[in-house]
Amino acid sequence: MSAAAAIIRAGAAADQHPWPRHVLSRERWQALAAALNAADAPPLQGLWAEAERVHALFLDAGSPLSASIEVAGGTYPALSPHCPAASWFERMIHDLFGHVAEGGRDPRPWLDHGAWSTAAPLGPRQAALPPRVGAPEPPEFLQVEGEDLNQIGLGPVAGAITEPAHLRLTAQGETLVRLEVRLGYAHKGTLGLMRGTPPRVAARFAARLSGGSTVAHGLAYAHAIEAALGVTPPPRAVALRAVMAELERIRAHLDAATAIAAEAGSAFLEARFGWHREAMLEAGGRAFGHRLMMDGVAPGGLATDIAADGADAIRGALGALERELPELARILERSASLGSRIGDIGRLAPELVARFGASGPVRRACGLGGDARLAPGYPPYATLGLDVPTRSGSDVAARLRVRLDDVPESTRLLRALLAALPDGTIATALPAASGEGLGVAEASRGTVWHWVRIEGGLVAGAFARDPDWSHWPLLEAAMRNGLVADLPLCAASFGLTSSGVDL
Amino acid sequence: MTIWGRLLHTLRHAPATRPEAPPSAETATALAARLDAAAQRRLGRSLAIRHVGAGGCDGCELELRALNGIVYDLERFGLRFVTSPRHADVLLATGPLTRNMAEALARTHAAMGEPKWVVAVGDCAIDGGVFKGSYACLGGITTLPVDLVIRGCPPTPWQVLDGLRALIEANAAPAR
Repeated sequence: MSAAAAIIRAGAAADQHPWPRHVLSRERWQALAAALNAADAPPLQGLWAEAERVHALFLDAGSPLSASIEVAGGTYPALSPHCPAASWFERMIHDLFGHVAEGGRDPRPWLDHGAWSTAAPLGPRQAALPPRVGAPEPPEFLQVEGEDLNQIGLGPVAGAITEPAHLRLTAQGETLVRLEVRLGYAHKGTLGLMRGTPPRVAARFAARLSGGSTVAHGLAYAHAIEAALGVTPPPRAVALRAVMAELERIRAHLDAATAIAAEAGSAFLEARFGWHREAMLEAGGRAFGHRLMMDGVAPGGLATDIAADGADAIRGALGALERELPELARILERSASLGSRIGDIGRLAPELVARFGASGPVRRACGLGGDARLAPGYPPYATLGLDVPTRSGSDVAARLRVRLDDVPESTRLLRALLAALPDGTIATALPAASGEGLGVAEASRGTVWHWVRIEGGLVAGAFARDPDWSHWPLLEAAMRNGLVADLPLCAASFGLTSSGVDL
Repeated sequence: MTIWGRLLHTLRHAPATRPEAPPSAETATALAARLDAAAQRRLGRSLAIRHVGAGGCDGCELELRALNGIVYDLERFGLRFVTSPRHADVLLATGPLTRNMAEALARTHAAMGEPKWVVAVGDCAIDGGVFKGSYACLGGITTLPVDLVIRGCPPTPWQVLDGLRALIEANAAPAR
C-alpha cells in the first residue's frame, strides 16, 4: 500500500456507502498532500466540497478511497502543490463554496467569470463575500516568455457545432509552445439546483450534466442514491440499464469516430460512422422513447420499460454495424494518407495519463487497463464477463482504434442482455431516509463518479465528477510542441465535453 | 469491398439520405408575416447557419451534428453550418444561456451582417428548461430577438429541419 493510501485508511471511517469515507485531521491531510508526490501515490479522481467539509476521492489499486477534512476558518490545506490534478478542483471549490485552498498552486478564478450576482453561490459565507461582477475580462493567462511568440484565442464560440470552451494557444510559428484551456462557460449551477429536491427530481439534472453521456451520468447518480438509501433495483431494471449504457457507449464511440474522421479529412468514413450513429440514435428512440435515452434511468430502477419492438430495433442497428465495421476498420488501417494523418499526433506519456487519473479511451490508448464495470458491485457485468481492449501508441490513431475495439464487445453484451431480459417490475420505491452514497459508472469517455448526501428524503449535497476533469489537462500536455493545425484533430480524438466539467 | 463493389452496392440500394416531408406551411406563413412586418430583406433559398452553444448539455449539439450527416443531408435544402458569424444568416442558439456565455453570444450576434435571424433550439434555449431559476443562467436566449423556437429536450433532427425549412419558405415567399 502506498504511503498516501495508508494515511487515508488510518482516518476514522464515516458512513458513506458502499465505500467508507475516512475523516482526516488538518495535520493528517497535510501529510496526505505531501505523500501524493510519490510515484506510487493513488491518482486523484475528484475533489469537492460541502458547506463545512472538503472531500477527496482517490483510486487505490482500482477501488475508490475517500478522504475528507473539516473546513476551518474558511480554509483547508491544498493538495495541488504535490498533485497537479487537484488544481482545477481547488479553483472550482473556491468559486462555488468560497473555501480557500491554503498554499494552492493556482488562485485564479475558474467557474466564476465575474458575471454572477453572488460570490460563492453554494457556500456558507455567501453574503459576506462581494460578487466578482465586473471582473476584468479577458482573464489572466499563464505567462509565456520567449521571442517571436504569438497568441491565438479560440472560443468560446469556435469550430462548427461544439460546446463552449476557450483555448489559448501560444505558438512560435506553427509550433505550439503552450495550450491553456479555460472552461466554465457552460456552468449552469447544476449542483445548486439539485439541492433541496427529492432524488427523482434531482435525477433530471444529473441526466443533463452531459447529454452525450446522459445514461452514464444517470446511472452513476442512481448508484449513489441507491447506496445512500440502501435500495436495490429490481433485476429487470439492472439488465435494461446495462442495455441503455452499452447502446450509449456504441453511439458515443461512433460520434467520436465521426468527428475524428471529419477532422482527418476522410469523407467516406465520416459518412459511414455518422450513418451508424444515426441508426443507434433511432434504435434508442424506438426502444426507450428518447433518442439519447435521457431520463431513462431513475434512482431505484428505470423510468420507462423497453418498448415491445425495442429489442428488435436495437438488434437491427447492431446487425448493420456488425456487417460493415470490419470493412471500415480495414479502410482505416489500409489508407496510407489517413494513417499518416492520424498517427504520431498528440502523444501522451503513460505515466502522466496514470497520474492524472485518466480513464476510458484516453487511458486505454496508452496500454493501461481499467474500467469501472470490472469493479465488484457493478451489476450485471460480473455475470456477463467483460473484455476491456487496450492499444499502445497513445496517439490519435490509438484513441480512435480503442474506441472501435469497444464496439464488438458492447455488441456482444447487448445481444446477451436482450436474449435474457428478466421479467418483473422496473423500479423500487425510495424511502424518505437519510444517508451518504458514492456511485460509479463507466461512460464512453471514462469513469463517472457521483456523490450525494440525502437528508430526510431530500438531496442535501451532490457532486458529479465527469471523466473529462482529467482529460482536458491531458489535452494541454498532448499538444505541447505540436502543430497548431493539429489541434482540432487531437481534440476530436479526446472527445471532450465542457458541460460535464462546468457543472 | 472494392471500390467497384461499393459503386454497384450504391447503384442497387436506395440512398442513405432519407426523403423529405413538406415543411410546415403554418410556421412558414407566421414567419413570412413577421418578415413583412419588419420589412426585412429576403435572403433567398439558401441560409448559412452559425451555431452557438450557450451552455447547453451537448444533447442539442449532438442532434445538430446528426443533422449534418448524410442521413439528413442539410445541404439539399440550401442549409449549411458555417464557422464564421460573418458568413451567417442565422444564429442558431442552444442552451439556457449561462451568464458566462451572455457576452460571447451578444458579440457573435453583433458580428453577423444584416439581415439576420435568431433561432432558439431546445427547451433550455426557450425558457431555461430545467435550469430555470439558476443563479448561473439567464433562462433562455432572452438577450436577443428570437424569430423562431424549436421545442424538445433535445428536439429530433427532423424537428430542427422542419423549423429551418419553414424559415427558408418564409424567406423565399415574394414580398407583398
